[in-house]
Amino acid sequence: MKFEGEHLLPGQIGHFFVILSFVAAIIATISFFKASRVVDLTEKQNWLKTARLSFYLQVAGGFVIFGCILYICSNHLFEYMYAYKHASLELEYKYLLSCIWEGQEGSFLLWTIWHGVLGIFLIKKSREWEAPVMTVVSFAQFFLLMMILGIHFGNIKIGNSPFSLTRNEISAPIFGRANYLSFIKDGLGLNVLLRNYWMVIHPPILFLGFASTIIPFAYAYAGIQTKRYGDWVKEALPYTLMCAAILGVGIMMGGKWAYESLNFGGYWAWDPVENASLVPWLLLIAGMHTMVIYKATGHSLRASYLFAFLTFIFILYSTFLTRTGVLGDTSVHAFTEAGEDISFRIFGVLFSFKAMNALILLYLFSFTIPSLFLLAKNYKKIPTINKEENTNSREFWMYIGSLVFFLTAVFIIAKTSVPVYNKIFGTKIAPPEDIEFSYNKVIVLVAIILGFLTAIAQYLKYKTTTGKYLFKTIWLPTLIAVLIMTALVIFYPFTYHKQGAGFLGAIYVAAFAVIYSLVANAFYIWTVQKGKILKASSPVAHAGFMLMLIGILISAGNKKVISSSTVNGITLPSSGKDPMTKEVDNPRENLTLLREVPASLDDYKVTFLKDSAGNEKGRKFYKLNFQRKDKTSGKTLEQFGLEPDVYQMKDNNMSSNPDTKSYLFRDIFTYVSYALNKTGQEKDTVKFSEIKLNAGDTSFYSNGYLVLNKVVNNPIDKKYKKEPGQVALMADITVTSKEKQTFNAKPLVLVDSLGIVNIDDTVFAQNLFVRFIGIDENKKIRIGIKESNTLIDYVTIKAYVFPLINLVWIGLVIMAAGLILGMLQRGKFTKLQSGIILSLSLAFVFYMFLLANA
Amino acid sequence: MKKTHIILLLGIAALIAGLISFSADFSTYDTIGSAKEKQGKFVHIIAKLDKTHPVEYDAVKNPNYLTFYAVDSLGGKTKVVFHNSMPADLEKSERLVMKGKMGNEHFECSDILLKCPSKYKDDKQQLQNNMKEQTSMK
Repeated sequence: MKFEGEHLLPGQIGHFFVILSFVAAIIATISFFKASRVVDLTEKQNWLKTARLSFYLQVAGGFVIFGCILYICSNHLFEYMYAYKHASLELEYKYLLSCIWEGQEGSFLLWTIWHGVLGIFLIKKSREWEAPVMTVVSFAQFFLLMMILGIHFGNIKIGNSPFSLTRNEISAPIFGRANYLSFIKDGLGLNVLLRNYWMVIHPPILFLGFASTIIPFAYAYAGIQTKRYGDWVKEALPYTLMCAAILGVGIMMGGKWAYESLNFGGYWAWDPVENASLVPWLLLIAGMHTMVIYKATGHSLRASYLFAFLTFIFILYSTFLTRTGVLGDTSVHAFTEAGEDISFRIFGVLFSFKAMNALILLYLFSFTIPSLFLLAKNYKKIPTINKEENTNSREFWMYIGSLVFFLTAVFIIAKTSVPVYNKIFGTKIAPPEDIEFSYNKVIVLVAIILGFLTAIAQYLKYKTTTGKYLFKTIWLPTLIAVLIMTALVIFYPFTYHKQGAGFLGAIYVAAFAVIYSLVANAFYIWTVQKGKILKASSPVAHAGFMLMLIGILISAGNKKVISSSTVNGITLPSSGKDPMTKEVDNPRENLTLLREVPASLDDYKVTFLKDSAGNEKGRKFYKLNFQRKDKTSGKTLEQFGLEPDVYQMKDNNMSSNPDTKSYLFRDIFTYVSYALNKTGQEKDTVKFSEIKLNAGDTSFYSNGYLVLNKVVNNPIDKKYKKEPGQVALMADITVTSKEKQTFNAKPLVLVDSLGIVNIDDTVFAQNLFVRFIGIDENKKIRIGIKESNTLIDYVTIKAYVFPLINLVWIGLVIMAAGLILGMLQRGKFTKLQSGIILSLSLAFVFYMFLLANA
Repeated sequence: MKKTHIILLLGIAALIAGLISFSADFSTYDTIGSAKEKQGKFVHIIAKLDKTHPVEYDAVKNPNYLTFYAVDSLGGKTKVVFHNSMPADLEKSERLVMKGKMGNEHFECSDILLKCPSKYKDDKQQLQNNMKEQTSMK
């Protein structure tokens, strides 16, 4: 059958380039490998030429593929499955990129493109290391391109092509018609949870972080392959620092996104998807430190190999966790799953998805087994120093720090992998009752150790340090840290009593350790490094990391729910009281605000004013007014509006986006937890009853009285825009309730050549509708009033106060600055280049975390 | 033996001890029937919304009280009380993962994870249903 209206060319071009790039990646891998093995120089050059050419071809192919997908999605070519699944007509243009990486194929492509960009950089810069390093990068490209290949070998389909056609992918009766396309009016569109500017920027940065972890891996391989066992460290270290900065920022962008626009109620929840990207970062930091130790002292080379390999291996493992659906019911990130409970009745489906998971596993094992095997085989050949590190040397304690990072990573991944054990051993282990606490109680110990280590180790010298030197430099920061901590305990004690006194104590100790480290590192810059901040990469990075940890401890420790429902005067059944605070153990966190009726939240009077539609289809903003009054004088001290919003889509998928009032020292964070669905509402059956009034007259309704102040001829009012040839009358009415609350109602009547139109007004707080009916023969004003018994307008919200959350973001920015400084110091950059890289990257991170949504 | 090795071994020992002691924290996936046998114990139940009973939620009266009935694949049935706001797509959900404790009268739920058909773009069956719905002649 010939189908009408299909645009097959962009798909054919795209698919051709997928195959071309795939083949080019194979040739590049083989040629780089050959080039790394041959001794003869001309032969080596020949292999390198072929290899580079095919790698460039593959990179160019990646961009063409990306362009084709972009074209298909932006032109809404729903004959393609990818456009049908991820794009839709109403989707705003800015989310076009987001819908590309919403899909698995698109995110693998993004990863390939980053590998390609980094690869070109490595070809230019890595000199004699090029061949072995690029062998690894090209080999990874081979797997990533295989994921989007979509070619059948016999019965087995290799990869999912982003260019497959809707009619080939799914079966429906409509595809029996030649003009089927005219019936597919719209695509499914981007998941509403993902319609956010963070979705545009977070995935590329995170994937750049993922992609760059291959560089330390590749250099470690090159070290073994060239038998220059220690030389690679110097080369790989600047890349490792860059990677630590990018991956760290990418991960925290996810946290900022969750905090800003998802209703998880925080920025970190120890969700498996979050853990999966944190673990490689922890391993990378461990490796970065052992590499620094090796460069300074010659110790820790074997550990550097191990950590460099493990970092990338765990990037692949996290891909396996998040992409194969093995996490199943344990993650809130449902959209990243490939769907485990796929219908098994359809032959093709079963095969397609199984094959995909097999590819990801193959990718994982193809890097894990050879790298660990090579490491084991050459373990004895890797040079090591037989003399032990002194306990008063810097390298000893740095090594301990690396071990702490490594063990923390193992702990987190062991817990996160529970669904994998369940799958393998058929067990039914479920996450603990309080997931976050089950992590936090260990992580708080880690924070204590790291705080003390980074505070003191910096002041130790390599090889050996005298006690006198240490004391001379460290007594002042120690004293200051003690003073700051005392002030904190007295003026700003932690209120986190939920987990008992032991945990609270641990938080205090952690806070001290972290503050100590922050002060000690700041001092180190001034005393030991004489204020040369551009040379002080490691104390800057440490101070930033510690500032971040302080922010985490305080914002989590003193987070407060302010939307407790008890303020509504409703007594709630308590399920048990906390022995420490005598507060109800399970706070009821939702508060229903009736329209125009103020409620108290903490120090604020909050009023739900109105809701309004947003620019996007299905989006609705709830306008809340926050007012803080002086308790004695009753004067308004502060007033601001927040507009949390809700997306309600045609498939009844709903997502709620919070709105945050940011102060320097705290955030007020609120989101809609339940919004009335107005479509199913019953028709109001009550009729208006008529009263006749003169200006100044009073009439009663069931809950109070109303006064007609005056009638205004052709009023100027924002509700109404005068059309030519129209006469408008507005009644100005004051409604006073039994509770002595007053409201204003301004119903209108319009008269023109077409007839009479009433514009009613509603006093929501009184459920009272007011209509200007007209004027009777005695010049009395006819007013209709109606007391409705249908549902009143309301919205249910949750609100939190996060204290000092800005410290988390500021700390992150400073840490990134430290890491980038380290990279610039250790890499070969001119002053100009360094200046540009540093200022651009910092401006970007600072803008994203502290300004973008403030 | 080097000091770093000793510390590494101590660290690993602490890690293993930690993981074992925390394994007590872990809960289990249960059916409604098996949850009823261990009342008061924290469990995860995978079930479906029982559409033969109404879902009760009135945000004006109490925004923190939701109650409904759930059935699981083995036919077990229980009333569920959730002291929180009603998840928007509860009634459209295909599957519920509920965390909480079984009591005498009802399942006291502390968290609900919804699995909704619309979230599964990679579920081919669902895509086909969507397509059929979208293109059916009016």
